[in-house]
Amino acid sequence: MTTEHATNNNLGWAKKSVRAYVLGFILCLILTLLSFGFVQFNPVSKELLYVLLTVFAIGQLLVQSVCFLGLNADSQGKWNLLPFIFTGLIIFFLVGGSLWIMYNLNSLMIDSYLVR
Amino acid sequence: MEHTLAHHDHHSSESSDVFGFWIYILSDCILFATIFAAFAVLRNNLYGGPGIKQFTDLSYVLMETIALLASSFTFGMAIISLYQNNVKAVINWLFVTFLLGAAFIYMEVNEFVHLYLEGFSWQRSAAMSSFFTLVGTHGLHVFIGLLWILTTIMQLSFFGLSDVMKRRMTYLGLFWAFLDIVWIFVFTIVYLMGSI
Repeated sequence: MTTEHATNNNLGWAKKSVRAYVLGFILCLILTLLSFGFVQFNPVSKELLYVLLTVFAIGQLLVQSVCFLGLNADSQGKWNLLPFIFTGLIIFFLVGGSLWIMYNLNSLMIDSYLVR
Repeated sequence: MEHTLAHHDHHSSESSDVFGFWIYILSDCILFATIFAAFAVLRNNLYGGPGIKQFTDLSYVLMETIALLASSFTFGMAIISLYQNNVKAVINWLFVTFLLGAAFIYMEVNEFVHLYLEGFSWQRSAAMSSFFTLVGTHGLHVFIGLLWILTTIMQLSFFGLSDVMKRRMTYLGLFWAFLDIVWIFVFTIVYLMGSI
């Protein structure tokens, strides 16, 4: 009974399949090589490059979360998904806030230095 | 009736254990976020020293990245073998995962030693300190993951695929996938954006 239970229930994580792993691996490989290629061969402007790299990285995050971790939105999977999203929010405030404050601090420091 | 109740209890304690481990993983993500924030703020404070651009070989780091990505995939194959109740295959795939992870760590340590000997150590500048802190913390996690894989291989060869071992494989799987996800951002933010 318990073994049957353990194999049927994945504790909120999607049951993994070879297909999901192969798909995830290929998608991640493509995204990694794309980011690498764009930096190495530099075909676009600097600003666009930053945007593209961010998009590729977030794309890989989503691919790995779904294909490798098995994050999903069914009734049990939601319990794993909600704290995941909440953590994303905290990270956004933490990193975005730090950069915002330090950027302003730096520019104000340079201004006061120049005035003197 | 009693049986279903007991069964239900067993179920909920097992899933809350895994949920607890998931919360640990997410809190570790926040730890990395603080180190990323520090790196992002300090990355240009070079104190006259070299930037990431001058000392990294991107194709070398790309190889590290692919090794770690492949190790995530081979761990996935270990999980598939676990579903098929094939202990031998699980151990073999774990061993491949270990080798790929060890290759990653070897390349990273090699890079660090190289940087140190060239005089670009963590004492060189604030940017270098934050670089070593960020990449080193990730490397330390991977190193602990490697020890964990070895332990799991030994446990599997002693105990076989018991329910407890299946749950331990779930924890290890979450941890190992998390390490690769953090590395995506190290690769993108530290190495790729640093080379622009």
